[in-house]
Amino acid sequence: MAVLPILTYPDERLKRFSEPVERFDAELAAFIADLEQTRLAGPGAVGIAAPQVGRAQRIVIVDVSKMKRPVPNHGYLVLINPEITHWEGHEPGREGCLSVPDFTGNVIRATRIHLKAQNPQGETVEFDMEGFEARAVQHEMDHLDGLLFLDRVVSRRTDVFRRKVYEKNS
Amino acid sequence: MNHWYMLTLVGEDSPGIVADVTHALFEGGCNLGEASMIRLGGNFTIMLMVQTRLSRIELDELVRPAADARHLLVHVDSIEGRLHQHAEPDVQITVYGADRAGIVAQVTGVLAAAGLNILDLDSAVGGSSDKPIYIMSIEGQAAQGIEALEQALEPVREGGIEVSVTPIDTMVG
Repeated sequence: MAVLPILTYPDERLKRFSEPVERFDAELAAFIADLEQTRLAGPGAVGIAAPQVGRAQRIVIVDVSKMKRPVPNHGYLVLINPEITHWEGHEPGREGCLSVPDFTGNVIRATRIHLKAQNPQGETVEFDMEGFEARAVQHEMDHLDGLLFLDRVVSRRTDVFRRKVYEKNS
Repeated sequence: MNHWYMLTLVGEDSPGIVADVTHALFEGGCNLGEASMIRLGGNFTIMLMVQTRLSRIELDELVRPAADARHLLVHVDSIEGRLHQHAEPDVQITVYGADRAGIVAQVTGVLAAAGLNILDLDSAVGGSSDKPIYIMSIEGQAAQGIEALEQALEPVREGGIEVSVTPIDTMVG
């Protein structure tokens, strides 16, 4: 196993669309092991996506089971070819990224999702997720479509007290 | 040698202030760092990190024509430019209530005593002129934990000020 170098923005490879995984073999298993080692080496990362180490394939890892303040979770998850089939609610939350050092921003994500994916053996798995875990999955899945949280950041100032001003007679 | 300065500009708001000021700085060979620019009560305010070989006085002279044309006050301070060392907040506090003198002093006083280091604070006066409300949003680091902040804020809440304390759990992925 090895810790792989993390690509950081503005590396163009972070903006590519990733291809589905078709072969569920020993090479895939070895890559997943490396990807998890790389996640664990990152400072406090609860997720990582294959494009962050330069592999343009639809593979993400999420594990929010070791939070200081515990959150609902499904433990260590390897999600291959993941798809969100249902969204519910939305809320802002703070995000950072191994590929965007020294910056965090508020991003609006779905509060609850239903997720379909394959495990490393190629079997179909499904999950209902909420809150922090759902946020982590949405953040990692964005990497598969060449999106960074920077593409979705909303203003810190207007986060809590958002209001619209309608001008009269305009 | 390149120095960092904090350039402060304040004046009546009008469209194009940022464009004019930053254009003058760019033409003068300056590099910009982090900035806070916001309209406060009809005034446009700029606090801008500027890196340049110019002296403090030369930087003042560089920006002066653009500032004078728009009647902006200019102030320049020499600073340390510590980029790439953001402190991450772990708590957000929002405060609102009928506007009266002393809200900020009271709230920030108890928060400071309970270990809060403020990283970001913005506030606004909303409502109508006969019934103004004061609204404040704070992000910071709670050195003694969030429970300490909650306890410290109890007397503030009893005084009729609405306060909410929300942990910020940053998701890194």
